[in-house]
Amino acid sequence: MAIEKRSLLRLLLSAALLSVLASGSLLAADPDSPTTADHSKFEALKGPFASGPEVTRACLTCHTEAAKQVMGSIHWTWDYEHPETGQRLGKRRVINAFCGNVASNEKRCTSCHAGYGWEDTETFDFTAETNVDCLVCHDRTGEYVKWEDRAGHPIYEPKVFGKRHAPYSPALISETPDGKFLHQPPNLAQAAMSVGDPGRENCGACHFYGGGGDNVKHGDLSTALINPTPHVDVHMSPDGANMVCTDCHTAHGHKWPGSRYLGTVKDERERIPGFRRADTASCDSCHGREPHDAMTLKGFKLNDHTDRVACQTCHIPEFAKGGKGTKTWWDWSTAGKLRDGKPFAEHDDQHRHTYLSTKGDFRWGDDVVPDYAFWNGVIEYTLLGEKIDPSEVVGINKIYGDAGDPASVIYPFKRMQGRQAYDTVHNHLLLNNVYGPDGDTALWTNFNWDKSLAAGMAETDVPYSGEYAFAETQMWWPTTHMVAPADEALACDDCHAKEGRLAALGGFYLPGRDRFGQTDQMGLALLALSLAGVFGHGAIRAVAGWRRNRKG
Amino acid sequence: MAEKRYVKIFAGFERFWHWSQAALVLTLLVTGARLHGLFEGPAWATAFRVHLIAAGLIVVLWIFAIFWHFTTGEWRHYIPTVRNLVGVARYYAYGIFLGEAHPAKPTLKRKHNPLQRLSYLFLKLVINPAIWATGTLYLTVNLTGMDLELVAWTHVLAAYAMAIFVVVHVYMATTGDTVFAYLKAMITGYEWVLVDEPEDPDAKR
Repeated sequence: MAIEKRSLLRLLLSAALLSVLASGSLLAADPDSPTTADHSKFEALKGPFASGPEVTRACLTCHTEAAKQVMGSIHWTWDYEHPETGQRLGKRRVINAFCGNVASNEKRCTSCHAGYGWEDTETFDFTAETNVDCLVCHDRTGEYVKWEDRAGHPIYEPKVFGKRHAPYSPALISETPDGKFLHQPPNLAQAAMSVGDPGRENCGACHFYGGGGDNVKHGDLSTALINPTPHVDVHMSPDGANMVCTDCHTAHGHKWPGSRYLGTVKDERERIPGFRRADTASCDSCHGREPHDAMTLKGFKLNDHTDRVACQTCHIPEFAKGGKGTKTWWDWSTAGKLRDGKPFAEHDDQHRHTYLSTKGDFRWGDDVVPDYAFWNGVIEYTLLGEKIDPSEVVGINKIYGDAGDPASVIYPFKRMQGRQAYDTVHNHLLLNNVYGPDGDTALWTNFNWDKSLAAGMAETDVPYSGEYAFAETQMWWPTTHMVAPADEALACDDCHAKEGRLAALGGFYLPGRDRFGQTDQMGLALLALSLAGVFGHGAIRAVAGWRRNRKG
Repeated sequence: MAEKRYVKIFAGFERFWHWSQAALVLTLLVTGARLHGLFEGPAWATAFRVHLIAAGLIVVLWIFAIFWHFTTGEWRHYIPTVRNLVGVARYYAYGIFLGEAHPAKPTLKRKHNPLQRLSYLFLKLVINPAIWATGTLYLTVNLTGMDLELVAWTHVLAAYAMAIFVVVHVYMATTGDTVFAYLKAMITGYEWVLVDEPEDPDAKR
């Protein structure tokens, strides 16, 4: 009877616990609350619209503050002042380890600007509200796609293109008799009437294609996240929590938390029980600082790790999952080679470019094991004009953090490597002009580095000697997406081992990896001596006893 | 010559304590060596779990054993003495090879020879507490904020001392009248002891 009572109690408790857990996960899986405004019923949105800015004008008739909000966000400004380092960053300024730089290539790069018409940084009107692109984030037809070199505009007329434009809906593409692809322009009125909260594919239309192709740049952001299995991303999978980007990157006045320039590696601020913090996009915001079950030995000890190990380190064992590889090596120095006077391409067995005359040599990685380093959230860039040492691997950026700094945690990174142009006289990195189908300076058109670099540097006040070479570079990309299900998380001996994942990470004691040199040698030596001693003693005893017996 | 009788000198609890402690110590040494990386193979997580469970059990066992020693007065068997110490040391260094008789045969009131007394006392007062304390500090290092490397080092140091004790202790267990005589006593509890010895001045009650 007593046992029955106990098990009944246990049953009730676990039922209560389960319902709490279930309601928690339902929160995320719940379909959106029904809208109070059916945008297909608004006269202003019925069109017809000749251009994106016309749609924006219609949006603004009701959402009077929306454009002002967007204009205050980094999605619009591409400009960022780092509060820790004081560096002026943002896409318009930084040099990266992929296409390099925006300056002189605006029309191509700004295909992912949340606006229309940024063809030239000097002349673009950053204050014109109708230049804001509402649809790129809010279109729910899936057919509104910014064209790749229209400074943020989609195409407004049918366009024949040599390949399928990457995020384009297949329904809008038809093959032409000569093997090309006819792309239909999106129906702007339909897009305008479809608007809603951004889905994974909205954010992904730009963020999945960073660096010029699917998952090229980040490694943990690819089209594999549009409909991922739980293995690829347990949060975003329809079979998992089915979350969208904005469930973590919670918008506040069209600004989103979650910065790579200044990451939140741990969020130890007060939290109201039951509520998530909306002003940071960190694991802690929902899971707290002690996410493992503290009532179990394992959970208790795992919680001991969270002060120095980021959640991501154990819970993202690999990135570039789901069959979408990421570029791990980009060697610009080989770009410009021609075959019979023509640019050419080479592929690997998965039809991925390994060489392009326009871009150089590439290497790709699938299911990549991250690099690990201590990080306190701060990233510094090697800005244009900063001296570099080309005899060593040049850091395109640098992560701050140290084993001795309690604010730093062990964090996983994609370490992008390659070779990039630098000025051999002034010893600083160089800007390139790669895009420009009409000019004669662009590398992708004329395959001439001298002209490309001169044109790139002409956009700046930084001197260029005209002498260049290629330095080996690396760039750190924090890995935070593609969280695996709990049962795929790293096990203890993935790190607590001599040749484990943290074998190269110095400056701290890691049980199971590190010995105590002399202490262990002495201890083992004494142990061996004891063994030898007792065996020797025993042997003498045995021999002496045997001889006594023989005599006796 | 005093009379020798075959009597129980190791109580039931004492034997339970000894053998369960032996099993736990061996478990802790093996899993500890795995955790420290002296060998790799079985999962670290499993070794950690077994190590902590064994550690918890041995601490409980020690608490019971300490209680038992004080309530039964058995702690007196560990009072150190120098009487006959040189004799016993000489015996193990030399006499044992000549087939001499052991200079300190056990009695009911003095079941350990002087060398045993010293080494067991060292185990109980130095090695065991060191293992226990440093292990607790190791487990709670995040709560106390102590230096992990220092705590781990002291724990490893204590573990080597324990390992060396085990090696010597196991060997010494073979030095009875026959190789298995002491082992048998520790299992059955019975041993041939002197029963009508003169009053031991060291063991006043």
